[in-house]
Formats: sequence, structure tokens, C-alpha cells
Amino acid sequence: MAYSIQKDKETLGEVLRKMLLIRVFEERSAQLYGLRKIGGFCHLYSGQEAVAMGTISATDPSKDYILTSYRDHGHALGLGMDPGAVMAELYGKETGCSKGKGGSMHLFDVEKKFFGGNGIVGGQIPVAIGTAFKQRYLNETGVTLCFFGDGAIHQGAFHESINLAKIWQLPVLFIVENNEYGMGTAVSRVSSITEYEKKAAGYGLPGYLVDGMDYFDVYTKTSKAVERARKEHEACIMHVKTYRYRGHSMSDPAKYRSKDELQAYKEKDPIQQLFKHMVKEKMTTKKAYETLEEEIKEIVESAVTFSEESNEPPISSLYEDVFSD
Amino acid sequence: MNHRYRLCMKTCFQTETKRMAEITIRDAIRQAIDEEMTRDERVFLIGEEVAEYNGAYKVSRGLLEKYGDMRIKDTPITELGFTGLGVGAALAGLRPIVEWMTFNFALLALDQVINNAAKMRYMSGGQFSCPIVFRGPNGPAEYLSSQHSQALQSFFVHIPGLKVVAPSTAYDAKGLIKSAIRDNNPVVVLESELAYGWKGEVPEEEYLVPFGKADVKREGKDVSIIVHGKPLRMVLEAADILATEGISVEVVDLRSLSPLDEETIEQTVQKTNRAVVVDESWPMCSVGSHVVSVISQRCFFDLDAPVALISSEHVPMPYNHTLELAAQPTVEKIVNAAKQVCYK
Repeated sequence: MAYSIQKDKETLGEVLRKMLLIRVFEERSAQLYGLRKIGGFCHLYSGQEAVAMGTISATDPSKDYILTSYRDHGHALGLGMDPGAVMAELYGKETGCSKGKGGSMHLFDVEKKFFGGNGIVGGQIPVAIGTAFKQRYLNETGVTLCFFGDGAIHQGAFHESINLAKIWQLPVLFIVENNEYGMGTAVSRVSSITEYEKKAAGYGLPGYLVDGMDYFDVYTKTSKAVERARKEHEACIMHVKTYRYRGHSMSDPAKYRSKDELQAYKEKDPIQQLFKHMVKEKMTTKKAYETLEEEIKEIVESAVTFSEESNEPPISSLYEDVFSD
Repeated sequence: MNHRYRLCMKTCFQTETKRMAEITIRDAIRQAIDEEMTRDERVFLIGEEVAEYNGAYKVSRGLLEKYGDMRIKDTPITELGFTGLGVGAALAGLRPIVEWMTFNFALLALDQVINNAAKMRYMSGGQFSCPIVFRGPNGPAEYLSSQHSQALQSFFVHIPGLKVVAPSTAYDAKGLIKSAIRDNNPVVVLESELAYGWKGEVPEEEYLVPFGKADVKREGKDVSIIVHGKPLRMVLEAADILATEGISVEVVDLRSLSPLDEETIEQTVQKTNRAVVVDESWPMCSVGSHVVSVISQRCFFDLDAPVALISSEHVPMPYNHTLELAAQPTVEKIVNAAKQVCYK
């Protein structure tokens, strides 16, 4: 391996904790959706946790921007947004991070430089080169991480944006979370090539193939790409192969794929992989993991209680936040 | 009374020797951009041909030399990409001016305007501001056929979260664009290719034209003609003709389409009891048809005649000059409509 992983017990413990938080939060959200506590579209992140955590833990939250699609719960929690504010947003309550006006697809935290939460496939990609442009304009050393799914890579927005990123040397990582399906359509049915990292060559940029089920692979390759973007203002494509355990959204039973395929990915579960590594390195134990799991469940339950007890937004808020002063 | 003349009077009284310069709308827009770029380093101009070519319509002439290529950015032909880049830069704290070579090409960028610029503040519960200006020529010019002759204001006015203005004099162009650049929200500025060369008086001292204020460009008592953008000239010409026939026309220039100055619309119709609305876009779901609805709701009992709407015909624009003129509002159509509502 060209670059080594220097990760201490505390750092990895925090990563494991957040990955588990995302998983438990998402599975609880699925239940709550079934109970009609959460409405509309709800796209869960279960199975993709190593992508959010492997990338986010390679960034500097004080100066790096993060943008993603509507499958945004994992990035929000991974960035440290309060699970109560996120769950309350799914509930549409006034205590939600977007005051109940965004919902599941539109989580934002401007303080954490988390710019959403975009509901249009590929819509966040041109915006991401805009935050990267601001970083260059003001001579900042920050970079922008732009996440999108395999479905977005065929949008013109992506191709227009990566061209601009190259010609203006914008520090942006185009991170394709390839979970094999754009809604119900397998990538092989709609992609000229499925090796998305190769598309970077057409723009004179590097492309990296990443195992999205392996936290360490995501982390090490992101760290390298972030460093190049920070120092050399070089954009890249990171083709991260991952898998979602659930359907495209809560209304999708995912009948287009086999149980065997799902099972094969679950055997490479990103949380279990990291946990096993930590056990092997004597950083944790099964017992400690069980304790952690209980603790996480309690955090998620308090987020649910907080959401249940929060108020509906007042009707007067309908007219608030349309315009800035 | 019209703001321009009011200001002119004020200036004349203050210093008799100081006279207002007469400049083109093109130069008025450039002055606005130039002054605001000097005032605030976060302001930059981005678009196709804005830098080395000095702008497709020469609006940005000389700005590249003055501000350099980080602040005057030539883009590839990639409307969605550079418009979205502007939105992201605005959300992150810069103040972009996005120039669309024409609004016809802005159709390629609408996702970024409608789904992101107009909604990010609301969807985030007020976390973001999006201080961005989208500007360029809108509406028909001449001999450009269907794809290059569209007046697309309805698309933007329809969207909550956007402000939309349509200057038709040099004074208003400068004042409205300076206000647009300082506004903390997305503002769409509708200019006109044929109007870039029109001259008008602009004071040397700094001024802003506020949004949401229509301007009475000519006072009258018999009929109100309510207009925005380039057709203002036609309306003023029609008013001169009508005056010779004994019909006194009050001309209201909306200037700001969203927010819309409904009070001034109401006041003028209450004064004249008759209205003709002129809009160079198509008639269905247009600014013009909306103004008619405002009049019917607010002034029903003041009206002495049904309100007339002079719009473009509901057809794509043809290339042939005779046909394209027939498709649009004309002085003759406006004169006839005014006579009709006066039963003359």
C-alpha cells in the first residue's frame, strides 16, 4: 500500500460510533416511516456508512464544504449534526435543522459547511464547484466534497461542472457513490462504461476506484485526493463502489435485485469490517461493541422522543425565510 | 411624477451648472457593475464572452482590464454549469453577477435558478442567503426567429424566492442593477438587446432604484397604460399620438415585476377608470395577464370599460420581418386598444 493508515483507537472508535449511529438511525427511520411519522420521500443510507465516514474523517471541518444528494442522513450525522435536529426534520417539526421546511431530502448545517441535501439528481454538482470557486477566489485552503449517486453521473450538470473544475483548477472531489442502481435501473443498463473512474481521463483529471464497503480504502484514497486538491487545486473523480441495503426510497421494495446479491454485500458489511479490524488490533471487544450499540440506540430513541414532543411549525412560518433581509 | 425628471429638477435647483449625463442603457449597466465591483470585492461577473470579448453586447467593455480574470470570468458554453457555480459561490458568501448571453439560453440553466437559488433559503429554514444577480437580454430583437426571440419573464416571476426587475431607461437600469447587486437574494434583471443603445439621463451622484416601486413615466387622466421593459417606448409614442386625438394617457412603468407594486396599479386605475396592459410576452399566465387580474380584483368597481391586454400573439416568433412585427405589440395596436377602452 502506497500510504499507511495511522489511525489511533480513539479516532477509529469515533468512526465506528458514527457508522453505527447512522445505521441505527436509518433502521429506526424505516420503522417510523412505516408508522407514518415520517412522510414523503425517505432515502436511507444503510450499507453506505463507510463512504460518508471514510471521506468526512479525511477532511478539515473548519474549512471544507460538503454537498450531497437527497440520500443525506449519513453525511449529516457523520458531520456531527445533532440526531435530534435531524430526526425532527424528518418529522417536519419546528425544531428540525431546516425548521420542518426541508424534510429528509434537505438537511443543511451552514455552520458545519454542509450545503445539503439536494432533491434533483445532480443538482448539487454545479453548486459544489461554486463553493470550490469561492475557496479559490478568496485564496482559502479548503476543499469541497461533492457526493452524488451513479444515477447523476450521466447528467449534463456533472459533465459541465467537472470541465469547469479542470479549467479553473477548483479544489473539488467528485465522489460517485455507486450503489449499483439508479432507483431501479442497474448501472450496466444505462452507462456507456461502468468504470466511472475512467471518465476523469476525458477531463484530464485523475480518477480513483474505491471499495466503499471498506472504511480504510475510502479514508486513505480520500486523504490523498484531499491533499492534492488542497495543495495543487486538482479535482478528481472518486468512484466508490458501495451498496444500499434498502430500496431507492422507502416506497421501493427493490424487487429488481436478488436476495443473494444483497446477502453478498451484507457479508462485506462496512461496520462489521471495521469492527473486526479493531478487534484484531485489540482496539475494542465484542462486549464494548454491545455497550456502544445500546448507547447508540438510546441516542436515537432520545432523538425520536425529542421529535415526538416538538411542536409543529406555526402557520405564520409559512411566509418566513422566503427572502433574506 | 417620474423619478428621472424629479431627480433632474432637484439637481438643477442644487447646482445650475451641473447637468446630468446622457448615456446608453449599455453604459448605465456597466457603470452599475463597475461601481459595485469597486465597492465590494466579493462581486464578480461570470458568463460567456464577458471578459476578453467585452460582452456579446459590450456591456462589460473594459472591466477585464480593470478587475482581472478572477473577477471577470469568461466561461465555456455551459449555462447550467456556470449558473450553478454562481449559486454555490453566492451561498458560500460571494456576490456573483451571472450574465446570460440571452434569456433564451437561460432555459438550460433553469434548474439551478428555480430549484437552488430560489429555494435554498426556504428549504434550509433560513440558514442560507443567496445574493446573486442573473441578467442579460430578454425578449424579441429582430430577424432572430423562434428560439432567439422569447420574452420569458413569466417563468421567473412565477417562482417564489426570486425577485425580477425590468428596466427600460438608463436611469432605471443603473439604479435597479445596483440595488440587485446589493440585495441578499437572487434577482433576475430583464434587459433588452434593442434597448442597449437607448440613451437617457443618469445623474453623476450615486443613487439606487428600490424594488417594488412602479414609476409613472407620464401623467394623464383618461386611460392608464401599464407596461414593463422595452415596449415602454412604444407606449410613450402611442401616448403622444393619443394626446393629439384628445386622449390623455397615464403611463405606468412597472419596473419591478416581483415584487409587484399593486398599489400604484390600483391608484392609476382609480384615477383614469380605464386600463390597457402591454406585455411583449405571450398572453397566457403572463405578467400582463396577472396585472389584468390584479386590476379586476382591486379596481372592479372603478372600471368604465373592460381592461385590454396587448401582448405578443400566441405563436412562436417567425423570421420574416412583417410577420414578426405582426406577432408583437405595436404602437398602432396600443393606440387602438386605448381608444377602444375609451369607447372612441
